[in-house]
Amino acid sequence: MISKEVVEKVAKLSRLNLDEAEIALYAEQLSQILDTMEGLQQIDTDGVVPLAHVLPIENVFREDDVGQCFRQEEVLANAPEQSDGMFQVPKIV
Amino acid sequence: MEYEVVIGCEVHVELKTKTKIFCSCPTDFGGAPNTHVCPVCLGLPGTLPVLNKKVLEYAIKAGLAMNCEIAHFSKFDRKNYFYPDLTKAYQISQFDLPICKNGYIDIETSQGAKRIGITRIHMEEDAGKLVHQGATITTSAGSLADYNRAGVPLIEIVSEPDMRSAEDVMAFLTNLKAIIEYTGVSDARMEQGSLRCDVNLSLRPVGQEVFGTRAEIKNLNSFRAVERVVKYEIERQTEILEAGGKVVQETRTWDDGKGITLSLRSKEDSDEYRYFPDPDLTPIIVTDAYIEELRASLPEMPQVKRQRMMEEDGLPAYDAGVITASKALADFYDGVHAHYNDTKKISNWIMVELLAKVNAEGIELADVKIRPEQMAALLKLIDAGEISGKIAKKVFGEMFATGKDAEAIIKEQGLVQISDEGALKEMVAAVVEANPKSVEDYKAGKKKAMGFLVGQIMKASKGQANPAVINQLLTEKLDSM
Repeated sequence: MISKEVVEKVAKLSRLNLDEAEIALYAEQLSQILDTMEGLQQIDTDGVVPLAHVLPIENVFREDDVGQCFRQEEVLANAPEQSDGMFQVPKIV
Repeated sequence: MEYEVVIGCEVHVELKTKTKIFCSCPTDFGGAPNTHVCPVCLGLPGTLPVLNKKVLEYAIKAGLAMNCEIAHFSKFDRKNYFYPDLTKAYQISQFDLPICKNGYIDIETSQGAKRIGITRIHMEEDAGKLVHQGATITTSAGSLADYNRAGVPLIEIVSEPDMRSAEDVMAFLTNLKAIIEYTGVSDARMEQGSLRCDVNLSLRPVGQEVFGTRAEIKNLNSFRAVERVVKYEIERQTEILEAGGKVVQETRTWDDGKGITLSLRSKEDSDEYRYFPDPDLTPIIVTDAYIEELRASLPEMPQVKRQRMMEEDGLPAYDAGVITASKALADFYDGVHAHYNDTKKISNWIMVELLAKVNAEGIELADVKIRPEQMAALLKLIDAGEISGKIAKKVFGEMFATGKDAEAIIKEQGLVQISDEGALKEMVAAVVEANPKSVEDYKAGKKKAMGFLVGQIMKASKGQANPAVINQLLTEKLDSM
């Protein structure tokens, strides 16, 4: 069973503000997910290469050629607040 | 109690590509805020990052130059954290399968030669720039974000905790910077931020195997700052331990003005970053043929070059070390040497005259106006007796300021050395006549008087008299009296 503290820690890392009822609910749901994962752990994976990508593709590269950027107005179009051509963000620490 | 200091470094090097790591925005400095950005580096939904081929090439080159194994299979991962210098709430980096690992850099210290291990080198994207609205980040009302730097390609070079002193760290960084410069994958200029260093430092009682608790000091952008930080942290942690306290594992920041480190935040464990493979990017498979092709393209590395300068050019270890520590300086030396043979003279002029001017002006070697062949021409003029060493220094100063040829400057300013015996004989006679006391002293066996008279003649000729001829003429004159 995932403890309340673990849920609170994971929520904090994800910047989620949870109330008591949600913490209790997620503790239960996260426990169920981990239990399921534990089931998967029973499978013998000796000799199976860890999966790095779900599709059978590799080495997709681009050349080092300069392309078009957005204009500053476009870049800032969705910013809730801006100043001097920059995104205004709240106090950090 | 006696403590041993244990230091490891994480060095971020900005790669000299034209475009960002995952999109085609330019990496140039100096654009107006948020003008070198696009939906990819802003992390807008629905965009797809694609790796710049040049970044892979440069990372492998750097790895080979630092004697690393190159991974045949590598991938990118997301490092998740909330901080507004990232738009996506994650940084694309490499976690468990970095492109390079298990390398080393050899250093020379007063304690002898030493090998510093390179744990790994991985590719990642740089973050944006934050301007804090207040004196410091902790007192600011808010911050402004400019994402022109977001997505600029970096390699992070992680060393083993093999360093034991500030001297080790300085030697390591000097060699690392030189190696990077030689490979040409980055300018590696600390003051411009294209080479940044984090220092991990801890103390342990001498003889103890287990490492002590470390502090990480972030984002140092000058060699001097690194040296000061190491010395400061050794002192700070020693004081804590001697008072019976415990060093806190944390990230600290360096206040250059005050000369102290300050706690920034408690260090996050790597599991708090919740790394996972980035599904937007495909795995990278590198063939041996490609690795060998890149290995063959690498130029001679500084240490090999240093050895060669000592053996083939007969330079002292110190000279060879100074000259090879910078690619630009070594290239300059080679350029002069291509036209002129006296290697020790070249090294003297580079180390004394050239470096003094470069340091005094605070410029980069790349911006020096004198071309190597011009320096060679100047040295030849000295050897031919056209100008004295003293005048040559003056000419060199002019060349440094204007980029003109030595001969043109000598002609313009009438600095040609006077070797004409007739003209010099007159000067000798005049000075001898004006200084009877010195002549007397010389006759009485005071050899110092001779030096004084030579000095007077040089002065009378405004430094243009040929000293060898003067010496000869003066001796003849005095002996005939």
